[in-house]
Amino acid sequence: MESLDLHKISVRELNQYLHKELPGKGVDKIEILNPDGAHNIAAGMDCPVDIDIRGHGGYYIGGMNKHANITVHGNVGWGVAENMMSGFVRVKGFASESAGATGHGGTLIIEGDASLRCGISMKGIDIIVGGNIGNFSAFMAQAGRLVVCGNAGDGLGDSLYEAVIYVRGKIKSLGADAREEPMTDADYEAVKELLDRAGFKHDPNEFKRVASAKSLYNWNADANQEY
Amino acid sequence: MCGIVGLLVKNQKMRANIGELMMPMLIGMTERGPDSAGMAVFTEPVGPGELKYNLYAPSMEFNWQGLAHDFDAHLGSKVKISSQGNHAILVSHLESATVKTWIKENYPNVHVLSVGQSIDVYKDTGLPAEVAARYDFPKLAGTHLVGHTRMATESAVTPAHAHPFTAGEDWCLVHNGSLSNPNSIRRKLEHEGIAFETDNDTEAACRFLEWRMREGDDLHAALQKGFEELDGFFTLLMGTKDQLALVRDPFACKPAIVAEHDDYVAIASEFRSLAQLPDVKNAKLFEPMPEELYIWKV
Repeated sequence: MESLDLHKISVRELNQYLHKELPGKGVDKIEILNPDGAHNIAAGMDCPVDIDIRGHGGYYIGGMNKHANITVHGNVGWGVAENMMSGFVRVKGFASESAGATGHGGTLIIEGDASLRCGISMKGIDIIVGGNIGNFSAFMAQAGRLVVCGNAGDGLGDSLYEAVIYVRGKIKSLGADAREEPMTDADYEAVKELLDRAGFKHDPNEFKRVASAKSLYNWNADANQEY
Repeated sequence: MCGIVGLLVKNQKMRANIGELMMPMLIGMTERGPDSAGMAVFTEPVGPGELKYNLYAPSMEFNWQGLAHDFDAHLGSKVKISSQGNHAILVSHLESATVKTWIKENYPNVHVLSVGQSIDVYKDTGLPAEVAARYDFPKLAGTHLVGHTRMATESAVTPAHAHPFTAGEDWCLVHNGSLSNPNSIRRKLEHEGIAFETDNDTEAACRFLEWRMREGDDLHAALQKGFEELDGFFTLLMGTKDQLALVRDPFACKPAIVAEHDDYVAIASEFRSLAQLPDVKNAKLFEPMPEELYIWKV
């Protein structure tokens, strides 16, 4: 295991090392010390490696991640794992706004709460949140699954496409074109698999499904702009 | 983009060092606001019946003793003045309207930064580290403070446009965000006889809330009217002589994080400004919710 200390090197030096020197070096575990809320830590990873960030991160931690398995032993700021392609990002604390935004693939696990706009425009990522999520989450979410073990805020799933949301707690309000649907066997299976992936012990039977009613998919000339 | 910081020290022994404690917080917000910085600190109050005026002169070699001498001669009332470079603190028994009018008429280049029993305000253009060094921020002592680093988006970069803004007495406000209707608020307040010093959007929010409280609203009621009246993005951090208050707009467009510790409450735009606080790992960290009012009392 290698240990890299952000009191000794800059984030730019850290990321250049992770991008250019680490792949092929045979190191399978990296520990990053003293993150102190810095932005962009381990953004743009493109190799399979375990990265442990020991403390709180700032914005865009693990952004654009491909292949890496990143664990933050603390909280993160805006846009954790934004545009992730594959791999894992796990946040042991809470995540600020826009967690997993536009993510294409991989798994984002937030053990605490996620703030507003969690999963905005997600495009295939799986996001599993142990706590609550804030308002306007999964806005225009196109593909992937968002599992919420706590409650959801206002405007959940506004203008959803094909992404599916599973919520265990209360939903304050649904956004335009989002609707609750009956859970199928495939949904229970999916929730079980996602909870297992995150290591969260909940009964899949407690979850409800939110998906798109698809009434916005085609232009309705009679809607008179009232959605 | 801008950065905000706030610190309220509960541990009495640490109050003499509030400036030192705050310094890494302000420096941590340099990237969010590199063009100006400012600080309001609430200190031991001046004597009964007295008010203090923080003054800003355009030149570092300003003759403050000359101003004090003219003040005594014209108004027949002795003032106390302490100065450092272009900044001075003047203490007087006279009515604040009398003092402000006298300064405006006799020293039009001198800007009144704040009026109150406890508040001191320092603000200027430049990197936060430069402004902090110019006004010796590490030496500040007091119970609580409100600071700001500015990246201007809607009005000029001048010392007067820097935050904190003040209105009335012992009241200040800093803002991260932008308002879209400051001019309509300004027109409304001008009808109430309230004068503005800049074309800055934050000044409109500052004077609006101070006006509501002068009209009898408490902070809760004033901010409720603020939510109805202010259109735009904002995280606002406000200071009064015995409290700090924080709100975020309904869409939480601008960030904020709070650390509550036995010794202090610290507020910043981002955690990187809290990372250097003593024992912060044992503080309770949380993100304030949109459209909720958070108040901490000294």
